[in-house]
Amino acid sequence: MSILGSVVPETLRMSVPYAMAAAGGVLCERSGVVNIGLEGVLLTSSFASVACALATHSPVLGVVAGLVAGGAVGLLHGVLFARLRVNAIVSGVAINIAAAGGTRFLLRGWFGSSSNSPSIPALVELPGGPFTRTLLDPLFLLSVVSVVVLTLVLSRTRFGLDVRASGEDPVAAHALGVDVVRTRILAVTLGSVLCALGGVALSYDQHQFQSGMSGGRGFIALAAVILSRWRPALAVVLCLGFASLDALGNVLQNSTHLPPDALSMLPFVATLVSLFFVKRGQLAPEGLGKHAD
Amino acid sequence: MPATHPGARVLLGVLVACIAFEVMVFLYGESPREMLTLLYEGTWGSVLGVGQVLYKATPLFITALAVDFGLRAGLFNIGTEGQLAIASLAVAVAGAHLGMMPGAVGTVILLAVAVVSGALYAALPALLKVRFGAHEVISTIMMNRVADGLVGLALGAGLALPGTVQTTPLAPQLTLTKLEAWVPGLSGSSVSTAVFIAALVGIAYWVLVSRSRFGREVTFVGWNPVACAHERIPVARRTVQALLLSGAIAGLASSATVLGAKGYFEQGLGAGAGFSGLAVALIARRNIPSMLFVALLFGTLQQGGLFINGHVPKEAMEVLFAVVIVAVALTDSPSVLALLTRRRARAGAPS
Repeated sequence: MSILGSVVPETLRMSVPYAMAAAGGVLCERSGVVNIGLEGVLLTSSFASVACALATHSPVLGVVAGLVAGGAVGLLHGVLFARLRVNAIVSGVAINIAAAGGTRFLLRGWFGSSSNSPSIPALVELPGGPFTRTLLDPLFLLSVVSVVVLTLVLSRTRFGLDVRASGEDPVAAHALGVDVVRTRILAVTLGSVLCALGGVALSYDQHQFQSGMSGGRGFIALAAVILSRWRPALAVVLCLGFASLDALGNVLQNSTHLPPDALSMLPFVATLVSLFFVKRGQLAPEGLGKHAD
Repeated sequence: MPATHPGARVLLGVLVACIAFEVMVFLYGESPREMLTLLYEGTWGSVLGVGQVLYKATPLFITALAVDFGLRAGLFNIGTEGQLAIASLAVAVAGAHLGMMPGAVGTVILLAVAVVSGALYAALPALLKVRFGAHEVISTIMMNRVADGLVGLALGAGLALPGTVQTTPLAPQLTLTKLEAWVPGLSGSSVSTAVFIAALVGIAYWVLVSRSRFGREVTFVGWNPVACAHERIPVARRTVQALLLSGAIAGLASSATVLGAKGYFEQGLGAGAGFSGLAVALIARRNIPSMLFVALLFGTLQQGGLFINGHVPKEAMEVLFAVVIVAVALTDSPSVLALLTRRRARAGAPS
């Protein structure tokens, strides 16, 4: 098969964790909450989905558990920042440390391995080649739908307006009767559920949980959020770009003798390079990290 | 700014760590008392244990100072992990080339290499920050990942001894003396004179931030860059300098690992010290003695983790770090403070 024929479906498949983390990140940040805990949400949801799928023998329940776990982490972050006024970076750092340590702790405790869990059954067995299997994957379809819904919710609904108001000017939003704290907690929770969909897709893609399997995707997604100037559709497109480097790395690793370390660095180097194109403070939500009073 | 007493923060940290430890052990199905005894015996219960705690705490204290300097300038340097990795590699490679250089001179040169390489690795995020407005959190995280790859590439491309993942060992006079040479009870511990280097770094850091104009200007920039610009303090330059110096200090943590413990560098040596140092700095909040105590607390947990590992996976300790960070951060939360003071006011009111 041609390089293109393998890179394109691979890119689409690998873009789901990036894209969903970015979509979730946009929702959090548009409400005014910085969320560097996306990486931790990806890890937590990956682990929860695998653990639940193994415990219940139901892949569907696994998906649900992953989304719930991710949402719970988001709820915690939202409450810590919006209600209790803990610095969002501090809270995010704590979440990432807890998720990295906690998943490895449970991995060893429950599955007796420090590297990976037993394998889980696929969500559905799909026929056809790599293209059809990628495009018909329920998690892929759900991701596409969620991004479309997110764009509409942000731009067309009352909740979306509240989110944007809380993010742009929490003081004014509060004065106009928007419950900024509640809106933000809800936005961070829902954003983390979106991100968790990416984590779930990651573990169903690998058919298991691997220690540290989020591999920095949450951080790259956050960079995509900033580069997109906080627009969901553009953030997702940028994520396709980062995922294509991942996919390219995988394909090259199988077909050439380039050192794997060089290939695994590609998305991170690309992110650093792309940061040169951020215009200072352009179109960031004005109230990012600020409170209503 | 509501702030609790630094000593109270440390005490709260220790207390929360103990309680959370007991709860986790209990939930895991082991006996809290037995595990606590095991933890104590492996750490403060023996001379060897104390040595190992000091060994683990040394790089944490140094990277905490590094993160703290960034925080003073309003910068979250999450990149100490990568800065330390690159500096460690540089020190090991430079040391292997110094050969028969006399010990004292060689050690000073190697510490200088650590400082310069750590600072250089922080240069790109600093540039991105002041020239392009890219947030240092994102760029330094990316730099950490790139450092992982670079170290792997460099070791694979011939810096490691053939067939291994470690660099050529340094000549013995270039490494720092292990304390076991003087204290027989420390035999087998990796603790070295790096603890004295860390102490010197701590004192120098105190002079820098509280007795020097440069240190004060950096702190002012962190508080209010606009006012600083009006006072003709070069804000962008101080920001860059703060991040570079932060990276430089982080590089010095390699004294405990490469120069003190191993005498060579291998992939993963010192990994985690950057992130743990970040946690220490966030808990200790600008108070140097607190950083020392919190670094010792984390060193105790890391070392103790190895001792309970047969019963409870040692990764539990990382979860404890996170719990302590959040618990201590909550003491600055206005809502939590309000809750506490209201209680106290009500309790003190005449009935």
